[in-house]
Amino acid sequence: MARSRLKTLVGRSLAPALTALLATASPAVAGLILPEAGGGSQQAEDTQTLYVIILAIAVVVFAGVEGVLLYCMFRYRARKGRVAAQIHGNTRLEIGWTVGAAVILVFLTVATFVMLPGIKNPVSSDIDVNGNPVAADAAFASTDQEAPPNGQAMNIAVDGMQYVWRYAYPSIDDKDVYSFTDMYVPVGMTITLDIRSNDVQHSWWIPELGGKMDALPGYTNKTWFKVTEPGEWEGQCAELCGRNHANMHARVIGLPYDEWKTWYDNQATEIKAAEEAAAEGRKEQEGQ
Amino acid sequence: MAVIDQAARPQIITPAVRPKPTGWTSWITTTDHKRIGILYLWTVAVFFVLGGVEALLMRVQLGTPENTLLTPERYNQLFTMHGTTMIFLVVVPVWAGLANYLMPLMIGARDVAFPRLNAWSYWMFLFGGLALYASFFWTPPEAGWFSYVPLSTKQYSPSGGQDAWIFMAHLTGLSSMIGAVNFIATIHNMRAPGMGWGRLPLFIWTILIYSYLIVLALSSLTATVTMLLTDRHFGTHFFDPSEGGSALLWQHLFWFFGHPEVYIFVLPAFGVFSEVIPVFARKPIFGYKAIAAATAGIAFLGMLVWAHHMFSTPSATVVLAFFMLSSFVIAVPTGVKIFNWIATLWRGTIEFRVALLYAVGGVGTFVIGGITGIFLAVFPVDWQLTDTYFVVAHMHYVAFGGSAFAMFAALYYWFPKLTGRMLSESLGKVSFWLVLVGFHTTFLVQHSAGLSGMPRRIFEYQQDSGWQVYNLISTVGAFIIALGVLISILNVVRSLKVGTLAGPDPWKANTLEWFTTSPPPEHNFDAIPRVRSVEPMKDYRRQVEEQTGAPQRFETGRPMAHV
Repeated sequence: MARSRLKTLVGRSLAPALTALLATASPAVAGLILPEAGGGSQQAEDTQTLYVIILAIAVVVFAGVEGVLLYCMFRYRARKGRVAAQIHGNTRLEIGWTVGAAVILVFLTVATFVMLPGIKNPVSSDIDVNGNPVAADAAFASTDQEAPPNGQAMNIAVDGMQYVWRYAYPSIDDKDVYSFTDMYVPVGMTITLDIRSNDVQHSWWIPELGGKMDALPGYTNKTWFKVTEPGEWEGQCAELCGRNHANMHARVIGLPYDEWKTWYDNQATEIKAAEEAAAEGRKEQEGQ
Repeated sequence: MAVIDQAARPQIITPAVRPKPTGWTSWITTTDHKRIGILYLWTVAVFFVLGGVEALLMRVQLGTPENTLLTPERYNQLFTMHGTTMIFLVVVPVWAGLANYLMPLMIGARDVAFPRLNAWSYWMFLFGGLALYASFFWTPPEAGWFSYVPLSTKQYSPSGGQDAWIFMAHLTGLSSMIGAVNFIATIHNMRAPGMGWGRLPLFIWTILIYSYLIVLALSSLTATVTMLLTDRHFGTHFFDPSEGGSALLWQHLFWFFGHPEVYIFVLPAFGVFSEVIPVFARKPIFGYKAIAAATAGIAFLGMLVWAHHMFSTPSATVVLAFFMLSSFVIAVPTGVKIFNWIATLWRGTIEFRVALLYAVGGVGTFVIGGITGIFLAVFPVDWQLTDTYFVVAHMHYVAFGGSAFAMFAALYYWFPKLTGRMLSESLGKVSFWLVLVGFHTTFLVQHSAGLSGMPRRIFEYQQDSGWQVYNLISTVGAFIIALGVLISILNVVRSLKVGTLAGPDPWKANTLEWFTTSPPPEHNFDAIPRVRSVEPMKDYRRQVEEQTGAPQRFETGRPMAHV
């Protein structure tokens, strides 16, 4: 596969240089000149790498163009006796810089398509839904979002609403679990998200875990992430959704599988208890 | 014989001469393109100040975390009004106003093709603006200048402010389209003898293409806001997913207008750069044909990039890839223009006039906006950057760096022609440096705010978000810009009364508007010279010099008359 060979090329030649750059710079400059990445999220890290590739070219172009501009302003300032060269143009030069600009963009196109799969396609999960370790290349399933190569993933339905995020978890042992604002996920599990809205448009975004995806009523949008270490990562709605848009926060909490399972079971129990209490309340009201 | 002579000669009998209208009624009844141009420019100036004050209020609110100065409702109204004002009532009509005044003069015509239509176009623009601002007395719109559905539908935005916004879009949209048709007819048919397409001033090239883009793009906006209007009030369901409509449809139709709109407001700015830079570098424009062709290329490609505003919507990867590539391609003609301006400065003798400073400052600033545009065009990277302050920074580098800097370059360059008086160069230089430093102080750090996760359109942020420093710097910068703009406004007011008299051609410039007096008479020209190159005034001065022996040309290092 040409693409994988290219990826190897990037991996062997570009990546070490960039990683060296990132390793020295990343913690200090993420957020200042780079997008954020954390929690071992490959999606965010690959986005950051692609960003660095563009940044490297951008800095050269910026320095070149602004440098020549400033040079002209100082060097060719009007002085008595100086005569302006009456040049009308130069076809070779025009062709030269047109082609030059195009070549840079061809390079960026290649870089984008090399990095894209790592950002867009979910990676293999380290564990299955029951927390057991799995091989990286077991089964392969296919949906409209590419499935992780070993077919293991946890699908969480993300629902945006004015002004809170609701998460519905997959059913384990016939339990029905959901939560608001805080999304609890097991470390090492590939999480695929089905993002929807039932009122206005919202946008799901946890900067350190990857890019944002809009929640649009009538559509299901997809993205994914996988965290490889426990932690908390914060974000907030990124598309104007009304007056309280600024306070529509979200948080992903990564827990080791066992702790996560404990949370899951507790949450299921609490929801069940709350539902029963509510049903009881309704019955009492009806009885009165 | 005497009898025959008299019969052969036609007699002109004028029983009465209509008195020349004066006073304020002469302004509201005028069809003179110059007076309409002045009306446009003053109206734009007022909206520019209003939009600027709205921006300052937002910056004060964001200057400190968890600020309670503005309510979320008020804040949403302010950014909606700021965006709408600056886009619909400033950066687009400012070029309609300037072109109104200058285009007939620059092509050697006595007026535009349809003077009454021209007046109608101005009044629709004014009333569109008034319709929007009238909502301040009730409830202003608060769904953003892009008014995404479903937020802008009746269910989520029940107030009349949204309807005022729709009304504004209709009126200013029609105004722009009528004006554009008028400009197209004028440029195609009323050029001076000898002014072929290869001798058309580059500012006029950009106005022509701006006009074509308006006709193509504004129709999409007019249609889509009509659909929103009928969804809100007449029971249609174009955008309602529960009834088979689509919320994504709005975004496609809106950005099919919205992205060409960027080129609508930035191409004439490029035209200003292309006029001002060669005059003060004392060199012919480098690559005239390349710049004109790049203008047409940008306009064509500009119609094909709209969905790069929608990279995070539910769309197929192949669609995203197409719009990434088309956005890449448009960088090429834009780059060509920038290279040609720099090549025009190369080996010139550059006069550091305020107009040139603003033009070069605009080019240098726009370059940064162009480069950050490449980051945003790469859709996987855009997933991180879109809807953050990185985009706010990018679009201000483009809109302010391109359009607003060009507005000030145009003000300092053409003010002598419009009023007959010079603006103060020293006040102008103070204003320029304040605006330049203020601009970069405000917007450079916003890239970092966006990269550290600050989304757009939030009325407050938390103490521990880490965005505090960026926002404080930004707020300080905004007030520096405001001071710079204020000094330019004072400069205008002062110069209208006491500015040095300009004479017809204070800059020893290249194009035909400098052939007539400043300000020009109602009929513009007593005689229209034959155009022999893209720089007719240079040819004319050379001819006068040859015939009279008196030096007419500009000499480097000699102070220009009156300056």
